[in-house]
Amino acid sequence: MTTPSTELLVTMAARATARPATWRRILRDPQAIVTLALLAVIFALGLLTPLLTSHGPNAADLSVVNAPLGTPGYLLGADETGRDIWTRMLHSINTAAISAIIGAGVALVVGITAGLIGGYFGTVTRATTEWLFNLIMTFPGILLLIILMPVTGGDYRFTMLVFGVLLSPGIYRIVRNLVLGVKNELYVDAARVSGLGNLRILSRHVLVVIRGPIIIAGAFLAGSAIAVQSGLAFLGVGSTQIPSFGSMISSGFRNLYVVPTQFLWPSLMLGVITASLVLLGNALRDILEGSRPKPAKVGNGQRALAAPGAPASDADTLLQITDLAIAYPRPAGGLIEVVRGVNLSIGKGEVLGLVGESGSGKSQTAFASLGVLPDEAVIARGSIRFEGRELVGLTDAQMRPLRGAGIAYIPQEPMSNLDPSYRVGAQLVTGVRSALSIGHAEARRRVLALLKRVGIADPQRTFDSYPHQISGGMAQRVLIAGAVASRPKLLIADEPTTALDVTVQAEILDLLRDLQRELDMSVLLVTHNFGVVADLCDRIAVMQHGVIVESGTAEQVFADPQHEYTRMLLDSILDESSLRTDPPVSIGAERSAR
Amino acid sequence: MLGYIVRRLGAGIVLALLVTFITFALLSTSFHDVALTILGPGATPKITADLIAARGWDRPLIVQYGDWLFHAVRGDFGESVYTSLPVAPSVMQRLAVTLSIIVPALLLTVVISTFLGVWSASRGGVIDRISQGISLIGYVVPGLLLAIGLVVLLAVQLKWLPATGYTPFAENPGAWLRSITIPVIVLTVGGVANLAAQVRGRMIDELRRDYVRTLRTRGIPTSTIVIRHALRNAAGPALTVLSLEFIQMLGGALIIENVFALPGYGSFAFNASLQGDIPVIMGIAAFGVLLVTVVNLLTDLANGWLNPKARVH
Repeated sequence: MTTPSTELLVTMAARATARPATWRRILRDPQAIVTLALLAVIFALGLLTPLLTSHGPNAADLSVVNAPLGTPGYLLGADETGRDIWTRMLHSINTAAISAIIGAGVALVVGITAGLIGGYFGTVTRATTEWLFNLIMTFPGILLLIILMPVTGGDYRFTMLVFGVLLSPGIYRIVRNLVLGVKNELYVDAARVSGLGNLRILSRHVLVVIRGPIIIAGAFLAGSAIAVQSGLAFLGVGSTQIPSFGSMISSGFRNLYVVPTQFLWPSLMLGVITASLVLLGNALRDILEGSRPKPAKVGNGQRALAAPGAPASDADTLLQITDLAIAYPRPAGGLIEVVRGVNLSIGKGEVLGLVGESGSGKSQTAFASLGVLPDEAVIARGSIRFEGRELVGLTDAQMRPLRGAGIAYIPQEPMSNLDPSYRVGAQLVTGVRSALSIGHAEARRRVLALLKRVGIADPQRTFDSYPHQISGGMAQRVLIAGAVASRPKLLIADEPTTALDVTVQAEILDLLRDLQRELDMSVLLVTHNFGVVADLCDRIAVMQHGVIVESGTAEQVFADPQHEYTRMLLDSILDESSLRTDPPVSIGAERSAR
Repeated sequence: MLGYIVRRLGAGIVLALLVTFITFALLSTSFHDVALTILGPGATPKITADLIAARGWDRPLIVQYGDWLFHAVRGDFGESVYTSLPVAPSVMQRLAVTLSIIVPALLLTVVISTFLGVWSASRGGVIDRISQGISLIGYVVPGLLLAIGLVVLLAVQLKWLPATGYTPFAENPGAWLRSITIPVIVLTVGGVANLAAQVRGRMIDELRRDYVRTLRTRGIPTSTIVIRHALRNAAGPALTVLSLEFIQMLGGALIIENVFALPGYGSFAFNASLQGDIPVIMGIAAFGVLLVTVVNLLTDLANGWLNPKARVH
């Protein structure tokens, strides 16, 4: 068991060194610094209350009722009963701080404890805690706090205690999910193997992982505890002897027409405190959890850096890719090219195999031909011509008539490529109608016929099924039917068999070969597997690190591979017997792996 | 589908029973204080004990609760200790006022959040920054301050709208609309802040899914994919947030009602609590939890309709 133990040590060491860096990052973030500083100053003022005030918070002097700003001894004036507003402000800060500590503290303690239990222990325990917290979540908290006034006596500390429990489901969910994620990670397994007890595993490893999200949640919890306490005090829940922003705002609000500025001070202070807490929470989230996904501009068409030149293409060529380069922005700035000057051509009725390992840029090349590269991608240079027409630089609207009827696509992962909310038939019909501009009945008839053609025994039943009701192999047949339904001239198949069982793989390849002959389509077959290529392809292009390293007819490449990488891939057919054992890599992971 | 509804309904009934029972159990600890409140400061222990016995508050907790439940399921929630008015009609009357600000606020929240969320997720850029700014403001400014700020601006300074008070719809629809405008704005801002961010995040996730790309390769127009496919899949999780939003608004409305002197559920609950009017408090809790149950059930039904997988379990 030495290997996992080493991994464990490495993980721990990585975490230990990551810690000071995080603090430095927080101290370098302007939003975090400003909000932290504001909160520190405000709460320091609260702590220094005895030194900064000369009145009691409830000491009323009728001679200074509604005294204006700057009255001697009454810096911010006095309220409707002659109490010093400045003094009451400072005392209110303390009330707010105590509310935040109790509310957030209880929520964290209850939520974390239950989250650890629910996440770490068995399904029965989890179901119970789950149910309990769903229950807590479904009742309006403030209403409950008001209803329970006869019980709590309105004491704001007791109220905040109850409110903390009401806030705990949010924390529970965060912790439970994190624990579930961590639980099966290698280093906890390793810890278990090396004989650590449950409690020590929980406290040592899991708490390290949940620390970040908890700190973030803490800021938001403190904010909402203060806001709710003020709201309740504003309503008049609780003792009138406790100075708080809520009661000050309430008194100022009553006096709105007499001294309009009275409610301004507590409102301003309350606003600054809650805003600082929320903004601090946001800043911490950005620092600790990294940037969140950004919106993608859907339907803008692919971005091209340079206008393509006009290379000659002969009449027999269906798709001509010349010097194509695709780049992605680097996190540190600048662009990194993942496809670097690819040249490909596919003749009419020809089947071209584009072979390479994950991350070699073959899928990116395929997406670029369809005009569906991810939003961040940029076509740095080069040209893609389909039937002599330049595709680089086309808008999405200009590209759309080509899709389906001109170029069609079969994806790798059958399940994730069907919309889970629509019946299989409905999503195919929409596509056929869009591509061919035909009526619903005609499209439906066509889809049903194709489902039968791709080897589905009961087409009507599959047509009426939801994606989760059919098997992976059947889903892939459905997607093939969806791709060929509009009789495309070029079919791009991206690893069409990789995600399937080995027995189903052969059937799908047979189907593709038959369909190609029947419809006289050209096919661009993207794969990492030379076994698949040998079955189907007329010509082969081998791709590595974004470059085509070798191309030729299938016979040439198989008989006499020129490039070392090609030989390596060919050798691996024998090893892996055309079955890929690692899970298919998603596009996101593929990109970040580069 | 029917089994699904029955199961969700069952869960709702369990929730209603639990909440009312817990409320009753907690309140039972204060029966003695309540009796003193009713009788006033001059009450002798003998008189207090008599009152407690007369109300049946000395019986075992479970018997008392059973008694309350037995009458409650037939629609009899008893009478107010103070006014002797039957509880159910007065609770419903107050609830109507509160719902008349929550329902419009919720509808506006849905429309605005969907619009902002979908637009900012699919277009990005300036629209995205504006909608995120709105979300931030809604989060950062407490509802109480927003309410007071709007009153000062729209009612006191500009005198466009009444500062406080409520006109029933049946009396004068125009005046009703004016009396609910500021409360509805306040609730909507808070709601949009939460929901728009949820819709945006969900839509960003959905638009990056594989099926979106595959649908695009079939030549389906972008607007169809965004609205019919991505939004439909994003709607389920957003709907759950919306039902929590409703619960939150029910709480938030209590404070808002106080600012605007609306004779709603909140002020009613507040006064009943202050006086220890046990039958009224129980009625308020029961109607509150029923309302929550109905909303949760509607959410589940809508989720089942949106998401075929949810119908199975």
